[in-house]
Amino acid sequence: MIKRIFILLALLGLVLMFLPFLKDFDFHQELGDLSSQYVEGSINDLNSQNVVTSVIVTYRGLDTLGEVTVLFLATAGVGFLLRKKKTSLRSRRSSELLQTGSQFLFVLIILTGVYIFTHGHLTPGGGFQGGVLITTAFLLLILADINLKFNHSILLFVESFSGVFYVIIGLFGILLIGMNSFLDPAILPLGNFGKLLSAGAIPLIYSIIGLKVGSELTTIIDKMGGE
Amino acid sequence: MIFSLILGFLLLIIGIYGMLTQKNLIKIVIGFSIVDTGTHIIIVSIGYLRGKTAPIIDSSVDIKNAVNAVVDPIPSALVLTAIVIGLAVTALMLSFIIKLYQKNRSLSVDDYQELKW
Repeated sequence: MIKRIFILLALLGLVLMFLPFLKDFDFHQELGDLSSQYVEGSINDLNSQNVVTSVIVTYRGLDTLGEVTVLFLATAGVGFLLRKKKTSLRSRRSSELLQTGSQFLFVLIILTGVYIFTHGHLTPGGGFQGGVLITTAFLLLILADINLKFNHSILLFVESFSGVFYVIIGLFGILLIGMNSFLDPAILPLGNFGKLLSAGAIPLIYSIIGLKVGSELTTIIDKMGGE
Repeated sequence: MIFSLILGFLLLIIGIYGMLTQKNLIKIVIGFSIVDTGTHIIIVSIGYLRGKTAPIIDSSVDIKNAVNAVVDPIPSALVLTAIVIGLAVTALMLSFIIKLYQKNRSLSVDDYQELKW
């Protein structure tokens, strides 16, 4: 009983903390200085249609590298905790319809995922969304056949290759442009605004992020599927 | 929108209430996910500008006047990565729970008192 009262008091304190923020919150009518610079820079300097993508990949590129590292750490934690060899679960084979259907859909989902992360600078989407979509394709295969085994060396290779390549592209910026240009997409020609091959290295970097996210989340669902 | 802001805070408080009152470890993780979603909604609604469109400069946006036609891109970019990180962290918490259950055969937080003071 006393515990419940304390919990309610804590929540009340939280509400009182948030209330002034809600009451005095005034919605901006136009963009702030930083956001305006990002929008203009994305159009004029980077040739990237999707401003969110240029913020993630270029202006906040180092943050994204950190986020990918957090993702890698979480995956490493899952792999460490659930490292036991996968035991074959005795289960009824799934029906012919489910197996064929999942194999048919697998290719289409992978294709959509690749489309989403290669067009990250043009349309809504990008590496993170495309990577998660690729993971759902593998999840579909696991749901159709619980004893399915993935080739771990390929997964590991894609994961480490994309991680290393991401940093190498960033270092090319320092090498080719200047000391302050880590992860600068201008190492490749910027192309025409609105075309697939534009915005310099942004599509390349975002594809690498997509591969990395996809392979890491696939590792997670593979480990968790074995339990 | 003020309503989405209120909804975000409501989800945040519901999630914290769930995390504080529930005994089942999986329910605590569900509470964490609700807090996660609430924070995402709050961040996105802070970046919203009334009557403006998504920050993608395609044919529907006048390229000369793009600054006055789009919503704030920074909160969207922050939330985009936070969603994927939240997914991975939830997976990590669930694997902790799997290991704890295999060891002690219990999902109740009352049975894990090693760190209680």
